[in-house]
Amino acid sequence: MKFVVCVKQVASLDEEFELLEGGGVDSDFVEWELNEWDTFSLEAALALRESGEGEGGEVVAVTVGEQEAEEALLACLARGADRAVRVWDESLQGADPLAVARVLAAVVERESPDLVFCGVQSSDAVTGSTGTALAGYLDMARVAVVTALSYDAPSSTLTVDRELESGLVEVVRIGLPALLTIQTGINEPRYATLRAIKQAREKPLVTYGLEDVGLDAGAVGVAAGAHTIELQTPERGAGAQLLDGSPAEVAARIVEIVQERMSG
Amino acid sequence: MSDGGVLILAEARQGELREVSLELVSAAREVAAGVGGRVAVAVIDQQAERFANAVGADGVSEVLTVTSPTEHFEAHVWQRALEGLIERERPAIVLAGHTIDSLGFVPAVAARLGLGFAADVTAVWWAQGPRARRGAYGDKLHAELDFPGKSCTLLTVRPGIFAAAPAGSGAAAARAVEIDLDGTARTEHVEFRDVAIGDVDITKAEFLLSIGRGIEDKDNIPRFEHLAERFGATLSVSRPLVDAGWMPNARQVGQSGKTVKPRVYLALGISGAVQHLAGMRSADTIIAVNTDPEAPIFGVAHFGAVADLFEVADELERALG
Ligand SMILES: Cc1cc2nc3c(=O)[nH]c(=O)nc-3n(C[C@H](O)[C@H](O)[C@H](O)COP(=O)(O)OP(=O)(O)OC[C@H]3O[C@@H](n4cnc5c(N)ncnc54)[C@H](O)[C@@H]3O)c2cc1C
Repeated sequence: MKFVVCVKQVASLDEEFELLEGGGVDSDFVEWELNEWDTFSLEAALALRESGEGEGGEVVAVTVGEQEAEEALLACLARGADRAVRVWDESLQGADPLAVARVLAAVVERESPDLVFCGVQSSDAVTGSTGTALAGYLDMARVAVVTALSYDAPSSTLTVDRELESGLVEVVRIGLPALLTIQTGINEPRYATLRAIKQAREKPLVTYGLEDVGLDAGAVGVAAGAHTIELQTPERGAGAQLLDGSPAEVAARIVEIVQERMSG
Repeated sequence: MSDGGVLILAEARQGELREVSLELVSAAREVAAGVGGRVAVAVIDQQAERFANAVGADGVSEVLTVTSPTEHFEAHVWQRALEGLIERERPAIVLAGHTIDSLGFVPAVAARLGLGFAADVTAVWWAQGPRARRGAYGDKLHAELDFPGKSCTLLTVRPGIFAAAPAGSGAAAARAVEIDLDGTARTEHVEFRDVAIGDVDITKAEFLLSIGRGIEDKDNIPRFEHLAERFGATLSVSRPLVDAGWMPNARQVGQSGKTVKPRVYLALGISGAVQHLAGMRSADTIIAVNTDPEAPIFGVAHFGAVADLFEVADELERALG
């Protein structure tokens, strides 16, 4: 079996971030890491390959991102992915989920895997859309927000749990090829050993431009669903009343508030 | 509906209309004038007519029913149905809930039809074209969006932001839209299962002490169990503690866990992700302790302390003596 795992190097803002004029964020205040959801989806692919059912399969990690995003790919290679693909073009700066999915679709088409894994969402953009948009471009069967999966080789079907709201789960069956968006908690993502981290650099990691996957900036621009006018600091409404002072003073105030509210 | 107007996609599960459907009617009011005033609500269901009266709320011009061949939601059937609705009715704006069902098919429709698109929007308005606002960097910032060059824009709207319009009583005309959906299903329903059953019912607690990833380690949990007991509180948690297997499902607050409305919700080391807020934002009094002054939880808290939770927890133990 062949697996493609789509991953993202995500940005988080540190505690002192500042907005630039024109609405961007000063990159000095941004920290980068492999998206939490993707650690679970990579693990799902690796575990399925090792389970015997998907044995001998290849796991390919794919990202759309700048040079720095290679770190995310190296993290995947260190955990057990066989090879990695990064696609980038300056026109993809700030790309929305539809544009990213359009690029991923071009890569996945070339790889023609049995299973595509995406995280449910990325922790920075939180759109929950890229995986399902990718399934749309590929016209691939999919299940979103998966919290358990088992594969039956003779029928090539997966039985998966689809997590719904309020503690409800729907169990569904789906045939291959298929795309799943994976939810946190589905498994326990492995850590890479120091040795594996070193060896990751020896594994194949290719970088493509848009033309290498049969696209150009125009095609991706047309796919984009939205344009960002500006970023703003949210109005905090009335805002929280600040409890300041030493930890002891904060604790004393909390006890006071709780006692007052619980007795009323 | 002729070209233009707003098309709302209602949502139902296990024979019940979901609240978000009527919230979308309120959201549509913000843009209806800009797109010519017409607001249609579409219901896709095996017995779609059963919801026609309820979704025909004040301000709805027409209810469209599409008969699904499957008893339950099926992502590929719904995708084809929504594509068909958009092709036939040619709305300028389509609104759906940012719900789990939507996550499985709405972005695919936007991709395939080349629509304007944004997910989890918290505001919509009209300024020569549709505009929307959504979170960025995990809700620490807001992004304002427009959709240049798109004749139709599909938005998923965050549940719980717009007040639900009162359900209708059949004043709006209903029309069946025939879309051939046979053979479009690509998954097979097996069963529904409830996974949040457990030792306590946190929805009944009046005082919740809720801990998040900020507590760092499983070994720290007994400490907070002890503190909760001393304080007369019930212990609840954010999702990562359940994902890690440290606490049972039944203790989880949020979209995929429980919705709680205690008198006091004391959150220690919880950032306030949208799916967590979905489960606790209507608590009477919210107190948050977090080291990050920009944590979104402070946006809904009534009282906030930018402080180390372990130090505050120690002092709480002392104060409760
Ligand atoms: C479909 C879907 C459904 C979901 N359902 C739920 C749900 O039902 N419930 C839920 O909770 N989540 C849910 N999530 C996950 C959600 O997106 C977040 O990942 C999660 O809520 C984060 O939990 P957290 O705030 O504990 O962790 P984090 O976001 O990691 O926040 C930890 C916080 O602790 C603070 N902190 C760290 N150390 C300290 C210290 N020493 N003192 C004080 N503060 C400290 C940090 O500043 C940070 O703000 C869902 C996600 C998806 C995609």
